[in-house]
Amino acid sequence: MNHSSERAASTYLTGFVLAVILTAIPFALVWGGLLTGPAVYAVIAVAAVIQVLVHLIFFLHLDLKSTPGENLFFLGFAAVLIFIMVGGSLWIMIDLHHRMM
Amino acid sequence: MTDMSTTADVLEHEEAKSLEAREFGFWVYLMTDAVIFALLFASYVVLSNNSAAGPTSKDLFDLGHTAGETALLLLSSLTFGFATIAMSAGQAGRVVQWLIVSMVLGLGFLAMELIEFHGMIAAGAGPGTSGFLSAFFTLVGTHGLHVTFGAIGICVMIGQVLVKGLTLPVRSRLIRLGLFWHFLDIVWIGIFSVVYLPGVM
Repeated sequence: MNHSSERAASTYLTGFVLAVILTAIPFALVWGGLLTGPAVYAVIAVAAVIQVLVHLIFFLHLDLKSTPGENLFFLGFAAVLIFIMVGGSLWIMIDLHHRMM
Repeated sequence: MTDMSTTADVLEHEEAKSLEAREFGFWVYLMTDAVIFALLFASYVVLSNNSAAGPTSKDLFDLGHTAGETALLLLSSLTFGFATIAMSAGQAGRVVQWLIVSMVLGLGFLAMELIEFHGMIAAGAGPGTSGFLSAFFTLVGTHGLHVTFGAIGICVMIGQVLVKGLTLPVRSRLIRLGLFWHFLDIVWIGIFSVVYLPGVM
């Protein structure tokens, strides 16, 4: 019992440190103006995606072995829905925006 | 006598199964909530440049303030994790202490957000000013509302741990509340990456 709780504490701390690093990188870039143009957006996006994964793994304890398959299925389903709806809306609206210029 | 003990076993087994089903149901709810937030993000991105000659994101956002909010929410996620650990170790007192810390951090986040909203509205940048601000207040406000309900949930769970102790249903509720709390932190990653950081560039 004691051992497993110790391991859990280190899991949360690892996740926390990773999250702090992945938050600090985009904030520092934008604050310091170290990069400009599309590269900044790319770094922000990559850091955000990795941080979401860090939260899912270290805080929500998702993993491919112990998490029930249904939960992973629904996560995947939501990801597909979000991709279609958000991607589709942005595609249409940005295209419309260009044509209205 | 043996009948009674097997009945109790069966009941306990059924209870554990029904709690598992609730956890799955809660997960499904979280995924639908993620879809809602994703669509609010999409509307924000579409409207973010439509400031109707009013204040733009560059005039309004303060990155230091956002960094503070991020730190509070991330820390409260960590302390809720410690509450979960104390729960699996069966230390009810510790659970209550960590839950109180998480709630205070969550309330600190809400206070910072309300100060930000109040300052914006006082400066004439309310939700009715432009499409950009309507989308901003809807997205960030929906997240703030979730955090408010999460804080109320933590309050309720502190009461349940104190009154009922760490029984099986209380543990299950705490785990579900933890899922909700960590999920809100994930949504906040999206908010500072999509709203605040690109907003000040």
